[in-house]
Amino acid sequence: MATEKETIQFSDSALSKAKEIIGRYPEGKQKSALLPLLHLAQSEFDGWLSPAVMDYVASLLQIKPIEVYEVATFYTMFNLEPVGNHLLEVCRTGPCWLRGAEDIVKRIEQKLNIKVGETTADGKFTLKTVECLGSCGTAPMLQCGATFFENLSEESVEVLIEKLAKQKRSSYLRPTEINVG
Amino acid sequence: MGRQLLLEHIAVPGIETFEVYRKMGGYASVEKALKTMTPDQVTEQVKNSGLRGRGGAGFPAGMKWSFLDRKSDKPRYLVCNADESEPGTFKDRYLMEKIPHLLVEGMITSSYALGAKTSYIYIRGEYMYVLQILEKAIREAYAAGFLGKNILGTDYSLDLYVHPGAGAYICGEETALLESLEGKRGNPRLKPPFPAIAGLYASPTVVNNVETIAAVVPIVNLGGDEYAKVGVGKSTGTKLISASGHINKPGVYEIEMGLPVEEFIYSDQYCGGIWKGRKLKAVVAGGSSVPILPAELILKTAKGEPRLMTYESLADGGFTSGTMLGSGGFIVMDETTCIVRNLWTFARFYHHESCGQCSPCREGTGWMEKVLHRIEHGHGQMSDIDLLVDVAKKIEGNTICPLGDAAAWPVASAIRHFREEFEYHVKYPEKVKNPKHFEIEPFVSSKQLVMV
Ligand SMILES: Cc1cc2nc3c(=O)[nH]c(=O)nc-3n(C[C@H](O)[C@H](O)[C@H](O)COP(=O)(O)O)c2cc1C
Ligand code: SF4
Ligand code: FES
Repeated sequence: MATEKETIQFSDSALSKAKEIIGRYPEGKQKSALLPLLHLAQSEFDGWLSPAVMDYVASLLQIKPIEVYEVATFYTMFNLEPVGNHLLEVCRTGPCWLRGAEDIVKRIEQKLNIKVGETTADGKFTLKTVECLGSCGTAPMLQCGATFFENLSEESVEVLIEKLAKQKRSSYLRPTEINVG
Repeated sequence: MGRQLLLEHIAVPGIETFEVYRKMGGYASVEKALKTMTPDQVTEQVKNSGLRGRGGAGFPAGMKWSFLDRKSDKPRYLVCNADESEPGTFKDRYLMEKIPHLLVEGMITSSYALGAKTSYIYIRGEYMYVLQILEKAIREAYAAGFLGKNILGTDYSLDLYVHPGAGAYICGEETALLESLEGKRGNPRLKPPFPAIAGLYASPTVVNNVETIAAVVPIVNLGGDEYAKVGVGKSTGTKLISASGHINKPGVYEIEMGLPVEEFIYSDQYCGGIWKGRKLKAVVAGGSSVPILPAELILKTAKGEPRLMTYESLADGGFTSGTMLGSGGFIVMDETTCIVRNLWTFARFYHHESCGQCSPCREGTGWMEKVLHRIEHGHGQMSDIDLLVDVAKKIEGNTICPLGDAAAWPVASAIRHFREEFEYHVKYPEKVKNPKHFEIEPFVSSKQLVMV
C-alpha cells in the first residue's frame, strides 16, 4: 500500500481547485469539503475511488481514513470498484418506467451483450440502473458522467452507444456535446 | 396562462446571463431590501405573503424564518435545499438551469433577512452540470457587486457557495442534508433541536427549498400582501408543477394556486391531455411519496366538487379520498398502467434510499419491495395484500424521519383504491407474466376509467 500511496497525487490544477474548495468552509470545518473532493478525486483517478485514493483525500483534509470510507460507502455516486470508460446509468423509477425505461435497459443489454451491473470485456461500458434523476419530464433518460441524455428511444440509445464508443472516458465533471436527437 | 411570478422571463434569450437577467428587472429585490428595508421588514413581508415551503411539507416560510435564533452569538446560515430527488420532481432543476440568477437573487435577499454571512446551495450530485451553471451565475453576481464585501455599498456582506451531494435521496431531508454538508453520512438527526436553533455546525440555520427562496424575489418586489392576492385561501402565490408520465406535454409549468386539476391535465396550455388518445387511470399528484388517486378522485373530491391545485383541495378527504400537493411532482398514468408495477418501482426506490437507522424503515421497506415483486410477478398470495397493509401501518409514525411515512403512504393508498388489481395479479398469475400485461390487455374496472 505504502508504495502505491506515493503515486497518488492530484494534478496541480486539481490541487489548487481542492484548496479553493476547502476555503469555502469555516475554519476547522474543512471536513465539509469531503463530498466535493471525492467527486474531484473520482474524476482525476479513472472514475473510481480506490482505498489509496480515499487515504489521499483523508490526508488533504487532515481527517482519519475511516471518516472517508464511511462516507464514500454511503453515497451511491462513488464507485468503489473500477468502472468502464462510459458508465451508463439508466433511470428506472416510476415516471421513467411509464415512458419505457425497461425497453431502454433491454436494448442496451442486447447491444453491449452485458447485464445490468456488468462491464463490457473491452472495458468501455458499464451498465447500471439508478433511481429518479430529476428528468421525469424528458423520460426515458440515462446519465453518463456529467451528461444527461433525455427523451431516449431504443434507436437513439444505440446511436449514443456507437458515438460514445469512439470517445475517451466520459467526464464526471464536464458534460459532453454528443447529440443523439 | 395564469400569472407567472417566477418563470415570466424564462423564454427570453440569454436570461441565464447576468446582463439579460438584470435588464429584465433582475436583482431589484436585492436593491429594495438592502437599501430600503431592515432584515426584519423583509421577514415580515414573507410572513404576510403566506408563502409555504415548496419542498414538500408546506410549512409557512415566514414562520420558519421567525424561529431562527437571532440571539445566539454563533453565525447564522441559510442553506438552500436543491437536492431534488423525490421521484416525479424536476422543477428545481428547470429553474436553476434556465434562470439561475433567480435563485442567486433569492439567496441574497433571503440571507440578508436572516443575517447570514455565508450561505450554501446543497445540490444533488447528479446535477453536476447545473452546479456549474449556478457557479457561473454566482461569479457574475460577485463581479457586479451583488455578492461579496459591502454589497451595493451597504455594510452587508455575503459569500455564497454551491455544494454537491453524491446520490442519496435522504439528503433532501433537512437534517440529513446538514449532516451531509458537514462531510458526514446523510443520517437524519433526531429533532429537537430544530435547525433554527442548532443546524449547520450547531449554529442557527434555515433550510429552504429552491422554489421557496426564488419566491422571495417577487414577494419583496410586489410586497407580501400583493403576493398573497394570487392564489386561493391559504395557498398563496404560484407553484411550479413537474408534470410527467402519460401526457402529451410533460414539463414544468408555473400555475396559479387554485387551477382546477382537470384544466391542468387536459388544457393545451399545460399537460395537453392523455397521450395516444387514451383514458386517465390514476395520478400521483405531489411526488412519489403522496397517496395515489384514481381518475375520478383526482378530478373531483368525494363530495363531488372540482379538485383544485391547492394544498387544501388536494388534501380534501384526508387519506381516505384525498392526497397532498407535496413537491408538485404530478405523475399521470393512462389506462394501460399496472398500478402494482408502478408501486413496486416506488417501493424499490424507498428501500434503496432508506438510510438504515430505524428498523421499521430499513426492514419494512425491504419487505414491501419483496412482497410487491412477488405479487407483480405472479407469485403472490391473497394474504400478501393485507401483509403489505400491515407492514405499511407498522412503519408509519415509528421512524426518526418522514421517509418511513413516505414509503408507507403510496402502498397503503394503492391498495385502498386499487385492491382489485392486486387480487387480479394473485388470481391470474399467467396473465401478468409479460411485464407489459396491461398494455396488451388493459385491466378493466368501470369505476376507475373516466371519459372526457
Ligand atoms: C426523505 C425526504 C426527502 C426530502 N427531499 C427534499 C428535497 O429534495 N428538496 C426539498 O426542498 N425538500 C426535501 N424534503 C423536505 C425537507 O426536509 C425540508 O422540509 C425542506 O427543505 C424545507 O424547505 P421548504 O420549507 O422551503 O419546503 C425532504 C424530506 C424528506 C423527509
Ligand atoms: S425513517 Fe428511514 S431514512 Fe429516515 S432516519 Fe429512519 S431509517 Fe433513515
Ligand atoms: S423517474 Fe427517471 S428521472 Fe425521474
